[in-house]
Formats: sequence, C-alpha cells, structure tokens
Amino acid sequence: MRFLFKTSYLQDIRLVKHGGQAFWYGALVLALLAAPWLASEYWLAQLTFVLIYGVVGLGLMLLSGFTGLFSLGHAAFLGVGAYTEAVLAGAGWPFPASFAAAALVAAATGVVVGLPALRVRGIYLAIATLAFAFIVVEVFARWESVTGGNAGKQVQALRAFGWRADADVPFYFVCLAVAMLATLAILNLLRSPTGRAFVAIRDSEVSAQSLGIHLARTKTLSFAISAALAGLGGALYAHKLKFLSPDQFDILQSIDLLLMIVIGGIGSVHGAFLGAIFLITMPQAIAIAKDVLPPALGQAPGLQGTVYGLVLIGFVLFEPLGLYGRWLKLRTYLQIFPFYRRGMFRRQKSFLKSDRLR
Amino acid sequence: MTALLSVNDLSVRFGGVRAVDGVSFDVEQGEVFTLIGPNGAGKTTVFNLISRLYTPSAGRIVFAGAPLLDRAPHEIAGLGIARTFQNIELFENATVLQNLLIGRHTHRRTGLASELFFTAKARAAEVAAREAVERVIELLELQHHRDAVVASLPYGARKVVELARALCTEPKLILLDEPSSGLNVEESDDMAFWIDDMRRELGITVLMVEHDMTLVSKVSDRVLAMNHGQMLALGSPAEVQRHPGVVEAYLGEPA
Repeated sequence: MRFLFKTSYLQDIRLVKHGGQAFWYGALVLALLAAPWLASEYWLAQLTFVLIYGVVGLGLMLLSGFTGLFSLGHAAFLGVGAYTEAVLAGAGWPFPASFAAAALVAAATGVVVGLPALRVRGIYLAIATLAFAFIVVEVFARWESVTGGNAGKQVQALRAFGWRADADVPFYFVCLAVAMLATLAILNLLRSPTGRAFVAIRDSEVSAQSLGIHLARTKTLSFAISAALAGLGGALYAHKLKFLSPDQFDILQSIDLLLMIVIGGIGSVHGAFLGAIFLITMPQAIAIAKDVLPPALGQAPGLQGTVYGLVLIGFVLFEPLGLYGRWLKLRTYLQIFPFYRRGMFRRQKSFLKSDRLR
Repeated sequence: MTALLSVNDLSVRFGGVRAVDGVSFDVEQGEVFTLIGPNGAGKTTVFNLISRLYTPSAGRIVFAGAPLLDRAPHEIAGLGIARTFQNIELFENATVLQNLLIGRHTHRRTGLASELFFTAKARAAEVAAREAVERVIELLELQHHRDAVVASLPYGARKVVELARALCTEPKLILLDEPSSGLNVEESDDMAFWIDDMRRELGITVLMVEHDMTLVSKVSDRVLAMNHGQMLALGSPAEVQRHPGVVEAYLGEPA
C-alpha cells in the first residue's frame, strides 16, 4: 500500500502522481515504441487498429462519459474524417494539412449535430444522432463524384513533404504519436475548467448553469472536440484500410463504438483504450474459439453477435464501470491484501443519513 | 444602507396558477433576509426567478443597481449571486474538491488552447483556484471530505459541500434554499454559525428560505412571510411570528 504525503497543490495537478505511475506508464510507452520489433506483422496491425479506435473512443468518451451526451451516430464523424482525408490526400495535400482538415471538417459537422443537442437529451439525443448518421451515410453513398459512392474509394498512402508512410512500421508510429498527443490533450482538458464544466453538465445541468457555465456553448464544444477526435481517428482509419465505402460507417460501427466505451469503462480515459483492445481482440478470440468449440456451436452463424451481446449484458449487470472498474478493484485487492472486503466499491445509500448519527 | 437586491412587484404565472403574485422586497447590503411560508407559498419560485431559471410574467429585479432580468441564467453567478438548492444539486460522481473547483468557473482566465496544452498560465490558474478553494474548505471544515466522491457522502456533509461550492464563486449575495432541512440539531447549529460567519467575515448578504424557526430567529435580521404567492408580513422574526395572518396561514383560522 502506498501512502502519498502531499506537500504542494501541484502534486494534485500533475498527471503523474507518484513514482509507481511514472514507472508503469514509462514501461508502457517503451513497450509501445519497441512494438514493431517485438510483435509480428499481424499483431502490429492489430495494435495500430487499437490506437486508431482508441483515439475515436477518447472522443466518444469525452462526449458520453464526461459530458453525459450519448451519441449513436459517432461512426458518421469517423466517416467524415476518413472521406475528408481520402479526398484531400488524393488531391495531393501533405498529411499534416489534410489531417488537420479532417479534424476541422468533422468538428464543424459535430457543431451542426450539437445544435439539436441543446434542446433534446438522453434517449432523444441518441435518436437524433442516429438519424444524423443515416443521413451522412446516405450522402457518402450518393455523392459519387467525391466519395465514389457504393463502389468505394481508394485511399492514397500517407505522404508528407516527400516522406511516405505506406509501410506498416512508419504508419504505426504516426498512429502512436496521434494517440499519445490526443490522450495528453484530453487529460489536460479534464484537469482544467473546461473539462470540469463538462463533468458539471453531466451531473447536474441546473447547478452547472447556476455556477456560470454556459450550457449551449459547453455542450457544443464537447460535440466539436469529440467529433474532431473521431475525425482524426477516421483519417488514420482511411490510410490503414486504404479503401473506403459507405457501409463501413453504418449503424453497426456506431454501436461498436458505443459498446467499446461502455465495456472499457464509461467516464475513464483508460476505458477508451481498454475498450479498443476488447473491440479489436474479440473477433480474433472468437475465431480461435471456433476451432476449439464443437462444430455445432463453433460454426453456428451469429456467434460473434451473441458473444458481444452477452459480454455487454454481463458488464451492464455486474460491472457498470467496465474493464477499468474491474482493474481498479483488482488493484485495490492487491494493494491492501488481505484486507479487501466484498462491497468496498458499493455505493452507500446514504441519503438522509446524517454524518454524526451513524 | 443601500438595497443590494430589490424585487419589485414580481409575478409569475404557470398556466392558471399564480405561483408568485405581486411580491416586493428589498434586501439590504450585509443583512440576512429570510422567506418563510407554508409549502407551495412560492418561496423557491422567488429563488428561481432571481437565478433566472424562470422568467417572471411581470415585475422587476434589480441587483447592485442593474436590472437582473436582462441577464442570461449563466451570467447570474458572474454578477455575484450564488445559490444552493432545496434537494441538493451537487455533481454526484465527482470529488468534493472537483465540485468546489467547478465553483470557481466564473473566475477562469484560461482559454481552450492553453488548457489543451496545459501551459504555465493554466498551471498557475489551477494553483490559484486551488488556493481559493482551500480557504473555503478551511472555513467550513471540509478537510477530511476533500477527496471523497460526493455520492459516498452522508446527507449532512453534502449540504455543507453545496454551501462551500456556492462560497467558491465569491458571491456578494447567496441564496440558501432550506439550508437546515434534513440536518440534525447539531448540524443545524453549525449551519447557523456559518451563516453568521459568512455575513460577518466575508461580508456576504444572505437571502434564505427556511422552515426551522429556531434557526430563522437566531440569524435573520428580517423575515418575509408568504402564502399562496402573496406577501403576508414583513419585519423582524418576532414581529412576523406574532402576525395574525402568519399564524392563520400555518395553523388555520381560530375556532
């Protein structure tokens, strides 16, 4: 068990709180940097996907996990970023410029979608974003001169000022840099007034407003940042897949993204990446399981959907805080061994119970 | 003395119900002014009108010499009016410290860019906000709850946290909606003590809604009794308690 003796307010503000964290996050960064030499080509590609989905997940986590606005159409922002990147890269823009443009176009789309969000909330907002996503996919399919329609669109390799990242390893490093910078930016935001304003809106709009938070502006900002991150993820996604078609950004993709943050752990930055790991490795795990399972079960159609559904139900029922919540409990168990007791994380029903009468 | 808050002939109708009907009163700088009245008298509605959650059908509200009704709801805190809620409205899934830091929102000086990169300016602003918050924590003796998540706190502590959050905005006028409801005798005594402290040490004017007449008599300078949205009596706590209209509103007509 670690005891922190705080002697300065900066200790609470700093991102790395103690030596243990510095060690483990440092080790993680080193492992990620060394991954191209440690992992096979196949697993490196999977890791690249984890980073891409992690960036998109960060955006959705900011919107749903921290601002409390649920979006069932986040794949549309992913698509807007992907097509913007594909079109601009095709037009010969260098990567930094097209990448920034992808984020900006997605953010602008996010603002447009964010406007109805000022009037509706909860399930109605989810439905509004869902409807928006259908419109966007329809635009991808019909605007053939730009998007190539249902026939799809080839994406050129990532290029910037004479440098090309068409091989897997350079592209992996681009994704790693983007994921790390995006994480850092989100962490910075969350320890600043803007991030706290998001949390305030999630927990109580009326008191957020009475404390001077402009609800419309803050919600729109959350939508814009979230969509921008989805757009960045989309741009990387376009280069990774090298081929785009409208059906990649349909409702199933949106549900996958939401599933990712719920399973990862809603309301935690870790959750975005843990969810991405789950989302990417699950199909592989199911493919491996298919060989082991008896043919009647293993070859049954819809196995993947069933497993996803079961896992989601399991998390909602038993671990609403997702993989990150599970990890927190495991860590506490190890830290205070053997004093962990059941129900340590259970919320007390303390309403109307007074401090001194307990 | 000058009136800090002046409410003039204020009325609001919800459909056919006149929730507040022609209410006028002045709150002087530095006093504790209490609204009392039976349930449904319109006390909380007056609060919601002052914090601009509702728009009145008629009447004027003037705060520190400027009309309040021209302002948007989110601008009220910046003018120096903070409030608490009858059914505690804290940010449940955040820690006490985070709740109080959100209370510093009107004092933010950083923009989005400096926050994304967490520049030296953002860092300095965070430390300054923390120092301001720590002064409130010390005043209200919240040290041992500092890092607790609000959802895990008992009711009495939440009341204090909500008061602390309102104080973090550094208000000129604080609106307390039933500060002692749900508190035990001892906690209620503490509350009376803090209300007195706020006025004496911080120079904050207090407008509150309260049912506990012991607390009301202990801290209030003036009391306004309301019933069915209308004013019944205005005066010192003792005067208002003796007023026949007030007695009738609470106990019914004498047999």
